[in-house]
Amino acid sequence: MKHLLSGNEAIARGAYEAGVRVCSAYPGTPSTEIFEALPQYQEELYCEWAPNEKVATEVAYGAAIAGVRSLCAMKHVGLNVAADPVFTASYNGVNGGFVVVTADDPSMHSSQNEQDNRYYARAAKIALIEPSDSQECKDFLRTAYEISERFDMPVLFRTTTRVSHSKSLVEFSERIDVPPRPYVKNTPKNDCAPGYAYQKRPKVERMLKELEEYGNSCPLNRIETGDGEVGVITASIAYQYAKDVFPEGTSFLKLGLTNPLPMNLIRDFASSVKTLYVVEELEGFMEEQIRAAGIPCIGKEKISNMYELNPQRLRQMLFGIEPETKELKVKAVSRPPALCPGCPHRGFFYIMSKRKDTVIAGDIGCYTLGGSAPLNALDTCICMGAGFSAGAGMAKAFEVTGRKKKVFGVVGDSTFFHSGMTGAVEIIYNKANVIPVVLDNHITGMTGHQDNPGSGYTLQGEVANAVAIEDVLRAFGYQKILIADPQDLSTMEKAVDEAAASDVPTAIITRRPCLLIKRMKHDIGKCTVDPEKCVGCKSCLKVGCPAIMIRDRKACIDANLCVGCTVCAQVCTKKAIAGKEN
Amino acid sequence: MKNTKSALLVGVGGQGAILTAKVLVNGLMNAGYDVKMSEVHGMSQRGGSVSTQVHWGKKVYSPVIGRGEADIIVAFEKMEAVRYADFLKPDGIAVINDYELPSMTIAAGLCEYPEGCLEAMQENFTCHVLNAEAIAESLGSAKCMNIVLFGSMVKALGMDGIDWESVISETVPPKFRELNLKAYRAGYAAVD
Repeated sequence: MKHLLSGNEAIARGAYEAGVRVCSAYPGTPSTEIFEALPQYQEELYCEWAPNEKVATEVAYGAAIAGVRSLCAMKHVGLNVAADPVFTASYNGVNGGFVVVTADDPSMHSSQNEQDNRYYARAAKIALIEPSDSQECKDFLRTAYEISERFDMPVLFRTTTRVSHSKSLVEFSERIDVPPRPYVKNTPKNDCAPGYAYQKRPKVERMLKELEEYGNSCPLNRIETGDGEVGVITASIAYQYAKDVFPEGTSFLKLGLTNPLPMNLIRDFASSVKTLYVVEELEGFMEEQIRAAGIPCIGKEKISNMYELNPQRLRQMLFGIEPETKELKVKAVSRPPALCPGCPHRGFFYIMSKRKDTVIAGDIGCYTLGGSAPLNALDTCICMGAGFSAGAGMAKAFEVTGRKKKVFGVVGDSTFFHSGMTGAVEIIYNKANVIPVVLDNHITGMTGHQDNPGSGYTLQGEVANAVAIEDVLRAFGYQKILIADPQDLSTMEKAVDEAAASDVPTAIITRRPCLLIKRMKHDIGKCTVDPEKCVGCKSCLKVGCPAIMIRDRKACIDANLCVGCTVCAQVCTKKAIAGKEN
Repeated sequence: MKNTKSALLVGVGGQGAILTAKVLVNGLMNAGYDVKMSEVHGMSQRGGSVSTQVHWGKKVYSPVIGRGEADIIVAFEKMEAVRYADFLKPDGIAVINDYELPSMTIAAGLCEYPEGCLEAMQENFTCHVLNAEAIAESLGSAKCMNIVLFGSMVKALGMDGIDWESVISETVPPKFRELNLKAYRAGYAAVD
């Protein structure tokens, strides 16, 4: 029987079937569902959310050193955070197999950049495996563990949004039982001290060479023989697009193991066809190496290195075939994502939007949406943790050049534990003139509500030790920690004013749980507008709530969307908005 | 793209397009088709524009389609039909919910909801327009709006060879089974 699984669900199934025992990850779109699908196998494997990707990678790698198969997973930018252990794991090698899943996001559906993480495999000198559908996600993962153990290296397992989030049919296999390998203390292998690293350096090259040789005949790389006219070398989701676009009779070299590239196999394939194409999404990762090996091919001069491909784009770029579409007279206006009705972040950002003398260094999460109109309450957003540390740098720059600007750094609770804590230390240690603000909604929101060290629950939903953010800040040396309910605008404003005027190290925690946390009971109501009192001044629109709009020159609240948070009622100067109960 | 069909389900985050796609996919799987489905999670869930694609046939490669490649668009919101209209084949079909959800930019007064969305679609494509919200509410809950639209889609595509009522019964939670079966029938009947 076949099962319809997303690539992410298939990776989780693959981990189960491959006998994996320890799994650790930090959520990030499009990788998150791998770990959401793992607890169903918790009888056979341990899985967890780690505070960040570097910790997750080190946990999984530690487990591999101890002799079991292990898995970690992250979105593409997560690998930037986790790169440190990966590069050294390449030298030290493994005991049990060790796989790092990176889910890239071409077209940046939910990401800040479009980096092509295949280059990480080259830079770290490790194996790279790229599945092109859900069946391959599951099957290739098992082979990835065999490769990791046989060639004594981590394996980078790369998906893209369309591989991770597309669903296709998967045939299951039985779980194989992989007994733990003995753990024997072996300092020269497991210690990266310079002397040992120097000795291990040639092994890294030797293993890559052997792996390349293996790639020439390994089952992950396969040829579909055609009529010899046109050949296509491709991998990952681009294979599926190329299959739709090239005519019957086209030969394919479909690669699953893409670092190191099997250059002998590629050379043989190239010589079997008259015209050779290299079809890959994002950068010319394979093409650059194929050209450098002296093999002529057609690739990035036609296929853009920007944004995700699809069959129509590929057809247009390769063969100049324009799609047949109809032009409409009407154009849709943009529909950007917004903070949900009742989002606790709204009150904080509304208060900040009124402070014109202030710079707000933001961060990655739902609260990134505080930067959108009409709130417009963020100046920067760079990466996880930069809300505090980039804010500190801006404050230093203002200070040394004599410009008076008050800087607030903003991170969420999950981001605080991810990499906000070090920024909070930077601020206190180097006396940066920044007010750190932790927007604590008790959950990792944007990725779909995963638990974190502050939420009090584990990935499996078991009760955990909740780390109190205020205790951490206090231990760092913050003398004043103002905890405010962001939905109570006057309290929130008072806290912001007090922090801005404070002459001792001060931090703010806004605390109210996200309304979408399922295990909690939420106080839901409806706000209504009294049209007699409403003068149509549009003050309520400034809170940026999707439930409020103007109809016939009066404010109007969509009863299906409103949850009765009353933030709009608090800003109404005519007291025309009431909660349902009032 | 030979011998395959594709449907594009578009709407606003939270409208239930994913459940609709699941019903479609389950039915197609039971009927022995190769099926691929693609959706994007993340930022788009926060009240943004969302699209789910279903692609089926004897053998399917790409899970996604490009401009001018969809056989049918099911729009849960009428402006979203306009946004994705260029994904439709020139002879493609549109099932459109006559339902208006202003975007944040419109609600904030930065721009206006475009006028004539339905007319523009009708001028160019074979369209089936229905007020699925009103139909769903008359059945007891606006929440089954998505299955009303699904019924219309089945009729519009002429996909009568599959026993959709049992697929719906197996896919939706038991306590919503009757409501969704009624929704399916009402949606089916709403298309001539």
